[in-house]
Amino acid sequence: MSDEAATTGKSLLTPFNVIAGIIVIMGLFITVMRFTRGLGAVTNLSDYNPWGIWIGFDLLVGVALAAGGFVTSAAVYIFGMKKYHSAVRPAILTGFLGYAMVVVALNYDVGRPWRLPFPFIVQQGTTSLLFEVAACVALYLTVLFVEFSPAALEWLGLKRARNIIIRLTLLLTIFGVVLSTLHQSSLGALFLIAPSKLHPLWYSPYLPVYFFVSSIIAGLSMVIFESTLSHRYFKDKMDAAHLAEKDEVALGFGKAAALVLAGYFIVKLIGVSQGNGWHLLATSYGAWFLLEMLGFVALPCFLYAVGVREKNLKLIKWTAAWTVLGIIVNRLNVGLIAFNWQLPSAERYFPHWMEIGISVFLVTVGLIAFRFIVTRMPIMYAHKDYDETT
Amino acid sequence: MSISRRKFLGWLGAAGMGTALGKKATAATNKHFKGYANSNGVLYDNTRCIGCRKCELACNKVNELPSPQQSFSDMEVMNVPRRTTAKAYTVVNRYDGIPGAKGPQYRKIQCNHCLEPACASVCFVRAFTKTPKGAVVYDPSVCVGCRYCMVACPFNIPAYEYDNAFSPRVMKCTMCYPRIVKGLLPGCVEICPTGALTYGSRRDLLKIARERIRRFPGRYVDHIYGETEMGGTSWLYLSAVAFNKIGMREDLGVTPAPQFTAGALSAVPIVVGLWPVLLGGIYAINKRREKIAQQEKTQAVDSALEKARAEAAGQLSAAKQKAEAEKTVAIEKAVSKALEEEAEKSAAGTADTRAEDAAKKSSEEES
Amino acid sequence: MESTIHTLQEYMLHTENITYLLIVAALIAITFFYRFLTEKDDDEK
Repeated sequence: MSDEAATTGKSLLTPFNVIAGIIVIMGLFITVMRFTRGLGAVTNLSDYNPWGIWIGFDLLVGVALAAGGFVTSAAVYIFGMKKYHSAVRPAILTGFLGYAMVVVALNYDVGRPWRLPFPFIVQQGTTSLLFEVAACVALYLTVLFVEFSPAALEWLGLKRARNIIIRLTLLLTIFGVVLSTLHQSSLGALFLIAPSKLHPLWYSPYLPVYFFVSSIIAGLSMVIFESTLSHRYFKDKMDAAHLAEKDEVALGFGKAAALVLAGYFIVKLIGVSQGNGWHLLATSYGAWFLLEMLGFVALPCFLYAVGVREKNLKLIKWTAAWTVLGIIVNRLNVGLIAFNWQLPSAERYFPHWMEIGISVFLVTVGLIAFRFIVTRMPIMYAHKDYDETT
Repeated sequence: MSISRRKFLGWLGAAGMGTALGKKATAATNKHFKGYANSNGVLYDNTRCIGCRKCELACNKVNELPSPQQSFSDMEVMNVPRRTTAKAYTVVNRYDGIPGAKGPQYRKIQCNHCLEPACASVCFVRAFTKTPKGAVVYDPSVCVGCRYCMVACPFNIPAYEYDNAFSPRVMKCTMCYPRIVKGLLPGCVEICPTGALTYGSRRDLLKIARERIRRFPGRYVDHIYGETEMGGTSWLYLSAVAFNKIGMREDLGVTPAPQFTAGALSAVPIVVGLWPVLLGGIYAINKRREKIAQQEKTQAVDSALEKARAEAAGQLSAAKQKAEAEKTVAIEKAVSKALEEEAEKSAAGTADTRAEDAAKKSSEEES
Repeated sequence: MESTIHTLQEYMLHTENITYLLIVAALIAITFFYRFLTEKDDDEK
């Protein structure tokens, strides 16, 4: 939107730029605080609550919402749904920036970020699910970078390098799906170790399955959601194919999301039954659980179905946004709200404003990077020199 | 072990040598592990504890922790329940007004030194080790500071130096490991004036505890906390009142912590092994379907062309025939009936080939 | 250098170390095998 201003030399003081600028300055200020005075100065983390929103939101939600990359590339390159081809590059870009944000956020969260390579090069704690998550996130960030690179290489005019990477598409896609399956599920499995701390309605031996299945829902919904926003702000960057396929993508992905949501609802219900948690539904946590299940799983499932049946694109788009919100609610529930549920309220965690500040800062940086890239590189249009269908 | 040697071993581990070759899984057949046979532990008998906080004092000194704001002789701090922190590896809490209890009840908190520690299971740099001596020790030189150990610990023991910007550590009781390897008693055990703490082989401590319960059935609840909790802990507890009355969870179960993640971990290689097969298979099926669809399309186009060609040929020949017929009608008068029949036959023959040529040409142009 | 395994944690560490090595080997191997399996298909085309 405001990029027009930048390119035509008009004022840079657009609302987006002003707000983003303020957020970035605030973020840099908190960053300095964090790395000079320690976690205690900028967070409300405690000995009881070692993980706050930098894990609950930035890591758990960030990774889930970045699932669009593997979902879309799998649909197009493995399942052969070529009509969604124009959705691949925006999804890969969103995924790449999402994972990049996650990794940056982890640098804020861990006590000694310069040691993040230690699990691989110094001592391998292979019994930890976090080892698996770390390995997969590191590898998948690399895969996403390579998958994204053709757009950058086309922009830079490096034909030969671009063509080599295009030939690796199938391999990268399969690797991406394998790695995503593993770490999306393992993020849920992180909490398997603590049955005594996570509320029994959310704790289940199926946690890894829940996280994986809901990541597909998140990925599908994010593609629709992102496409809606992009259409509003970057319409001039879209070519005819992209504009023509856009509605097709919303209908197809909405249909898939409805189906996966239905399956997700069923397995969640089975989880309650297997954990014999029926009686807990009558408690206040039960009410919150039911709200999540009915309001953020069953409802979007139904709304997607109606939207697809009636070809109501507006309904599908609103449902996508609602589903994304539902994924956020779910991850925050597992990571923060239903975690440590037995502690007295005085010991419970609520984020410090500076923790929220860093999360907002990182999302903003992601948006700025997204805007920078889509206004320059062939993301929403096919580069005229290349046959994009290869 | 020096840093360089550990780093070297780390590289070896990364290259698949270290632990892969050094261990023989002799006990793997039944997958039941009883822990280190002669590991030590501490028995805490709450009926002997007077809440003097001497153990807290000794712990503070032995571990060179910062001195607290309120002195260790100040009993006021026990008015509210406390937990372990980065500055206190052990704390004693007082619980008043428990029905059926004779006076206030005390409970000492510190790391329980699990037989199968959750912290060790979840640490992705193996900073925690269950030593054969029984102590669970932490190595700050590899710790990344992810604090997963704190999430995992069912007893909420590890604490973190949140205020340390450059070298924050996880802090917890070490069972005074540096002292016990020298043959000394843990600081808290050594100072305890009432004999509420007993250090020794865990096997012996269990016998002692059972014996106390047997001899004074009215004094104790009939349970040794730590014997089976979370697969067993090196620290054992006897109490005069139900353990949940003195802030100890009785709902932890007997499953050793690593067991909770065993299923998820074992699913990882299955996904790696079968996903490429599944996805490669789906890809191949789709490719083949596309190929067949392509073939069918070409076939359909071919047959449609064939049909069109035949139709065109038929139409052309019919037109030619008609034209020729009209022509022959015109010259009919000039030639005899016999010649007329001859001419008609030959004309139809050439017209056929000509029409075919024309159809071919047009189909080529189309394609 | 041979030692008996005393704890479940140690046992899992031992098996997981080997598992991760196998995972890496398997991913590389299946890539080349898939290529071996399908490369003639590409020639046809």
